[in-house]
Amino acid sequence: MFDLPLWPPRASTTAGSVDALFIFLLTLCGFMALAIFTMIIVFAIRYRRRPGHQAEQIEGSNALEFTWTFIPLGIFLCIFVWGAYIYFQERTPPRGAAEVYTVAKQWMWKFQHVEGHREINELHVPVGRDVRMIMTSQDVIHSFYVPAFRIKQDVLPGRYTVAWFHATKAGTYHLFCAEYCGTMHSGMIGDVVVMEPAQYEAWLSGGAALGSLANTGQGIFQSLGCSTCHRFDTQGRGPNLVGVFGRPVLLEDGRTVIADENYIRESILIPAAKVVSGFKPIMPTFQGIVSEEQLNALVAYVKSLNPPPAGAAGTPNLKPPTSQPETNR
Amino acid sequence: MSMATLTAPSAERENYLNQEYGIRSWLLTTDHKRIALLYLLSITFFFFIGGFFALLIRLELLTPAGDLLQADTYNKMFTMHGQVMVFFFLIPAVPAVLGNFLIPIMIGAKDLAFPRINLLSWYLFIIGGLFMLYTILTGGVDTGWTFYTPLSTQFLDTHVVAAALAIFIAGFSSILTGLNFIVTVHRMRAPGMTWSRLPLFVWSNYATSIIQVLGTPVLAITLMLVALERIFKLGIFNPQMGGDPLLFQHLFWFYSHPAVYIMILPGMGVVSEVVTCFSRKRIFGYKFMALAVIAIAVLGFLVWAHHMFAAGISLYAAMIFSLLSYFVAVPSAIKVFNWTTTMYKGSISYMTPMLYAFGFIGLFTMGGLTGLFVAALGIDVHVTDTYFVVAHFHYIMVGGMVMAYLGGIHFWWPKISGRMYPEAWGKLAALIIFIGFNLTFFPQFVLGYLGMPRRYWQYSPEFQVLNVLSTAGATILAVGYLLPMVYLLWSMRYGKVANENPWNAAGLEWMTASPPPTFNFDQTPTVTWEAYNYDELKEVPVER
Ligand code: HEC
Ligand SMILES: [Cu+2]
Ligand SMILES: [Cu+2]
Repeated sequence: MFDLPLWPPRASTTAGSVDALFIFLLTLCGFMALAIFTMIIVFAIRYRRRPGHQAEQIEGSNALEFTWTFIPLGIFLCIFVWGAYIYFQERTPPRGAAEVYTVAKQWMWKFQHVEGHREINELHVPVGRDVRMIMTSQDVIHSFYVPAFRIKQDVLPGRYTVAWFHATKAGTYHLFCAEYCGTMHSGMIGDVVVMEPAQYEAWLSGGAALGSLANTGQGIFQSLGCSTCHRFDTQGRGPNLVGVFGRPVLLEDGRTVIADENYIRESILIPAAKVVSGFKPIMPTFQGIVSEEQLNALVAYVKSLNPPPAGAAGTPNLKPPTSQPETNR
Repeated sequence: MSMATLTAPSAERENYLNQEYGIRSWLLTTDHKRIALLYLLSITFFFFIGGFFALLIRLELLTPAGDLLQADTYNKMFTMHGQVMVFFFLIPAVPAVLGNFLIPIMIGAKDLAFPRINLLSWYLFIIGGLFMLYTILTGGVDTGWTFYTPLSTQFLDTHVVAAALAIFIAGFSSILTGLNFIVTVHRMRAPGMTWSRLPLFVWSNYATSIIQVLGTPVLAITLMLVALERIFKLGIFNPQMGGDPLLFQHLFWFYSHPAVYIMILPGMGVVSEVVTCFSRKRIFGYKFMALAVIAIAVLGFLVWAHHMFAAGISLYAAMIFSLLSYFVAVPSAIKVFNWTTTMYKGSISYMTPMLYAFGFIGLFTMGGLTGLFVAALGIDVHVTDTYFVVAHFHYIMVGGMVMAYLGGIHFWWPKISGRMYPEAWGKLAALIIFIGFNLTFFPQFVLGYLGMPRRYWQYSPEFQVLNVLSTAGATILAVGYLLPMVYLLWSMRYGKVANENPWNAAGLEWMTASPPPTFNFDQTPTVTWEAYNYDELKEVPVER
């Protein structure tokens, strides 16, 4: 029982930078607190009430007031900049990161690797690689929290939120749901298993090979009839989806939006919300027809229709469906 | 039995307590002092209910497994602990009890501007309180005190609407009290009581009132939307119907961050009165102290989304809210520095209220400094929704506000009851509370940085030792809170009879009888002195 850790394991690049600021603040605030407490104690003793001792009235001092307004302000601004810098990195996933789609629900975590592996309450990732979590919730708000990585991101119903990390140390770490989500909130926990790259490859090649997530998405794309409108030429009733992801899209109402994951997602669930310029709002909604997991597969598929970014070992680029027989790898 | 029969001082001078007897004379009173006592009784009642929930929470967390309570029961405990403590104790504590009692006297008025509305406030509070009790007794509510959607609107079938209604109604009590104070401070000051002569207690309650009047309606709207959404399935917060759950968080925190200042500003006012009195000093930097509370009230409205750094708001919004949060930290720092320098070259005695003031400054400083941690974006992502945040706001709200409230109760007890509390017991209780508090909440900072999420019914075994420490502290704290209950009640009959000004303190409230007559002063005073004119008051003899 006398297991008493005082510092969480440090297993990601972010963890190092968060800890650095934290230690800086501990030192700074420890010093400030010590200074104030010492002053109070010294005054309390030195000027204690005793016979022959009289209080000396002092009105105040503008110089002092300005000093302790602007010096703290300056220090605070430095802390702000440092904190914001870390946050900026936390919120800006690097290009070419491996992607894991996540569906949170009361009270479990479901993960879909683009390679096709699915996991529940357990997430395997390799050391030394950027991993981007694309997350959504099936019901209430949850929060993806890995203390060893010092990252946390709420997972919302109805849209994607994103978190990323770069694990630095192999091991098994806690995964917690950090946003209160009902009865078994404290049971919505799991393990993040960080593995050496070789072991990770072994893990990937083991297990049931379902085909990649994009592959699954392709199947859904066809079975739901998306392909009847979205063809891979300019003849379809809907836009050609090749190369759409990540590009700006001109809308009917004149706005331009970037086609990110949330845009693809919304296009499928609420097509009328953003109508592509030059097309009629004829696309039916798939709200309630596709599950969150299927939606993730569709998004992964639409994304796979882009050529992979140069130099990045991304997901295998799938051929657009044609009349030719499937070439399942 | 009414309070009056308990407290009738032996020297039968007419005062607000003995002027009339009987339950009717209390329930229909418009005397701000009697209404303050009605509040005192009611919030003490709720404090012990909320405290009882807290104790159950701490007992459950003694072991990692969820064993003492069911998961749902545990969730109800922390939900109702939060709701009762925030809305039925902390928010009314200093304003509705001490503010009600003291503000008219401190500015030399006969009563508040709207005595009947003041009584109405109390009745609204009681009606709200009854709804809260109904909620508690009929099975409770488990939304978390924050009512986050869509959990609260679509996924729970507990008494969410009743709880929301309870808080909605109590909110109006808070609005009316705020309104009453604002008008009173503007219109009812005695001749010569200029703004620059107001005690800082009045300034801080004035700032608080502004927040109450401007902020609470937003809470009312938000809770109303939750109720409507539940009843009529409007879909405002339901993404499937095009709604947005984050909208709720914005609305909720728009009130609930400023509410933190409703809970702390009046406490700062108490500390300013106490520190000056027991240092025999004019407050250091009066003008800056007054400006600081107004600055906190105004800036406090601009930082709400710092509760949402991990919630999915935009990167740049988060940065702005972080920056503004650092701005609001500045006036808080100014206050701490000024209290400290007020003691410089003073003549300091360590009476119970002063011990509480020391406690306040220490714990508030800790709470404030850890505020710098949580306002730093990169760190907040890690510690938000963990015990770090729980510890942080308990340092402010319990370490700060409850300390100040108890300090204030002791300080003005002779004025309120006409009797002195037993000094030795007072000091002992203050010490126990200070120790118990730190033992309860300091380990939670460590737990939070280790990554233990809040609102967890069961937890990973490596967190146990720190949780055991915390629970041990909570039991000490409970003893510390029960003690004043006992000896203050005792003192109402057996305490030494207090004279008009037992501390030889500055301020109009010390220039009328203890307890004061119904209309506070025999004739309206004319003020010719600055606040905290301790140079003009004679020294108090050394204790003992
Ligand atoms: C009835 C024909 C039709 C079907 C079936 C259909 N769509 Fe569409 N889709 C459209 C049209 C027309 C648009 C352009 C207008 C708009 O944005 O609503 C569109 C737009 C889109 C877009 C945005 C494309 C861009 O260039 O910005 C995506 C992504 C998309 N659809 C995916 C799907 C998926 C996935 C399915 C199957 C689940 C599907 N669609 C089924 C007609 C269809
Ligand atoms: Cu959850
Ligand atoms: Cu806040």
